[in-house]
Amino acid sequence: MFSGFMMSAWIVASIVAVVAGVVGFFVVVRGSAFAAHALPQSAFTGAAAASLIGISAVYGMGAFALASALGIAWLGKRGRHDVVTALILVMLLGLGELFLSYSVEYAQAIYSLLFGEVLGVSTNEILPTALLAVAAILAVAVMYRPLMLTSILPEVGESRGVRAYRMEVLFLVILALATTASVPVVGALLMFSLMVGPPAASRCFTDNPPIAIALSVALALLTVWASLAIAYERNLPVGFLVGTISAAIYIVGRVWAAWRQRRVGRRRPLGARVDSDLVGAAGT
Amino acid sequence: MIDLAANIVFEPGFFSNSPVQSALVAGGAVALMAGVVGVFTVVRGQSFAGHSFADMDTTGGSAAFLLGIGALWGFLAVSVAAAAAMELLGVERRRGRDVTTGVVLGAALGLAALFLYWDTTASSTTGAATTILFGSLFTISPSTVPAIVGFSVAALAAVLVLYRPLLFSSLSADMARARGVPVRLVSAVFMFLMALAVALSAITVGAILSTALLIGPAATALRLTKRPGAAMWAAAGIGLVGVWLGILFAYDSSAWPGHHGWPVSFSVVAVIFVFYLAADLLTSVRAKWDRLRQDRLAKGE
Repeated sequence: MFSGFMMSAWIVASIVAVVAGVVGFFVVVRGSAFAAHALPQSAFTGAAAASLIGISAVYGMGAFALASALGIAWLGKRGRHDVVTALILVMLLGLGELFLSYSVEYAQAIYSLLFGEVLGVSTNEILPTALLAVAAILAVAVMYRPLMLTSILPEVGESRGVRAYRMEVLFLVILALATTASVPVVGALLMFSLMVGPPAASRCFTDNPPIAIALSVALALLTVWASLAIAYERNLPVGFLVGTISAAIYIVGRVWAAWRQRRVGRRRPLGARVDSDLVGAAGT
Repeated sequence: MIDLAANIVFEPGFFSNSPVQSALVAGGAVALMAGVVGVFTVVRGQSFAGHSFADMDTTGGSAAFLLGIGALWGFLAVSVAAAAAMELLGVERRRGRDVTTGVVLGAALGLAALFLYWDTTASSTTGAATTILFGSLFTISPSTVPAIVGFSVAALAAVLVLYRPLLFSSLSADMARARGVPVRLVSAVFMFLMALAVALSAITVGAILSTALLIGPAATALRLTKRPGAAMWAAAGIGLVGVWLGILFAYDSSAWPGHHGWPVSFSVVAVIFVFYLAADLLTSVRAKWDRLRQDRLAKGE
C-alpha cells in the first residue's frame, strides 16, 4: 500500500488535505462555499485551453483560476455575490466546452479532471503541488489577522482600516492558488467537498479559531488517508470516498453539537454561536 | 431581397431541421419557466442551491444510465432527494445554508463519481461523463419534448399559485411569519419547485450549464427593474430570447469561416452572459448619470 506509485499518492494527497483544511476554514467562516465550488472548476477550462495551445496544463489552470477569482471580485462589487459566482462559473464551463470541441481530448481526461486521479499521480507532480500549497498557506499565515477580522467582524475591520474588498480579492486569489495545486490530484468537484466538509465539522467541535483550523486540517487528513486506504483495498474511486467521508464527518459534527446543546441546556450549538453572536454584536 | 436577408440571418434549413425544432420548443419552454423560478432564486439568495441541483443531476443522470431508466427520471429523483436533504439539514441563516448546500452537493458528487466509475467499467462508454455534464439541445429526442413542456407548465402554474406567499416570505421572512404565512412550508415547497426547474433545464442545456438559464435571465432582469412582478416577465423574455439566439448562433456557426460549429450550450451561455454584462453596464451608467444630474440640480444650474 505504501510502495511505488502509491507513495506519491500519499504525499500529494496529504499536501492537498493540509491546504484544504486551512483554506477551507476561511471558506466556511466567510460563507464563500460557492466560490470554493466555482474556482476549482476553472481548472477544467484552463486545462482544455492549455491543451489547445499546447502548453502545460498547470499554466492554463492557474491563469483561468486567477482570472475567474478576479472576475468574481470585480463583478461582485456591484452585483450579488452568489449570482455573479454562478454566472462566472457557467461562463467558464461554457468556454471549457468550446475549447474541448476544438481539441481531441478524451472524455476520460475530463472525468479525471472533475473527479481526480490521485492513484495516478507521478513523482514529478509532487513539487509544483507542494510549492503552490506552501504559497497558499504562507499567504494565509501572513494575512491571518486582517483575514480573520473581515471574515467574522466585517464592520469592525472596516472601522480599523482593513479594506473588506481588498481582503476579498486576496482571499479569492488564495483560493485560486489552493485550487491549482489540488485539482489535478483530487479533482475539481471533490477538492470542494474537502474544503467544506472537514472545516464545517471542526466548527461544530470548537469555537476557538486556531484550534478549529488545526482540527480542520486533522479531519481533512483523516478523510484523505481513509479514502486512499479504502480506495486501494476495495478498488473504489477516491472521489466517491472523499465526498461521502467528508459529508459523514460533517454529520457527526452536527450530531455532536446538537447532543452537547441538549446536555448544556438551552445553549445554541457552538458552531452557530461564533459568527451569529459576533456579527450580531458588531451590528448593534 | 427579404429572402436574401433572411438567409443571412437564418442559415438554410434552420426552421425545417427537426433537431432545431425540438430545441426551439423545449429550450423555449424551459427558459420561460427557469426565468420565473430564477427571479425567486436570486431574490432569496439561493443561487448556490439552484446551481448544486444542476451539478447533482450528474448523479441522477449517471444513476439512471446505470439502471437503464430514462435520464429524466434520474434527474427528478435525485433533485427531489437533495432538496429534502438540504431542507432537513438546512439552517435558516444564510451562511449556514451555504455550508449545508456544499456538504450535500459534495456527497452527491461523490456518489456521481462512483456511478460514473461503474458506468464506464460496466459498458465502457467513456462519453457518459461529458454527455451528462454538457448535454446538447440538438440531441433532445422529439418524444421527450411534450414531457418537458408539460413539466415546465406545471412548475409555472405552481409558482403563480404560490406567488403572493412566496414573494412575501422571500422579501421579508419575519414580516410574513407575523402575518401568518407558513414560511417554513413555503420555503420547502419552493426548494422542490427549484429542484424540478433545474432538473428540467439540465436536460436541455446539460447538467452544469442549466444554471445559466436559472440565474442568468433572472439576474439580468433584476438589474433592470426592482419590481418582482416586472422582473418575472422580463426574465422569462430574456431567457427565451437568449435560448433562441443561442440556438441560432450554434446552427449558423457551422457555416461561418472555419467550418466548426459552436457547441449549443456554450452559445446559449455566452448570449446570456453578454446580456448580464450589458444590463450591468447599463445600470452603472444610469446610476452615474443620475448622480451627475442630482449634483447639477444641487448646485442650482
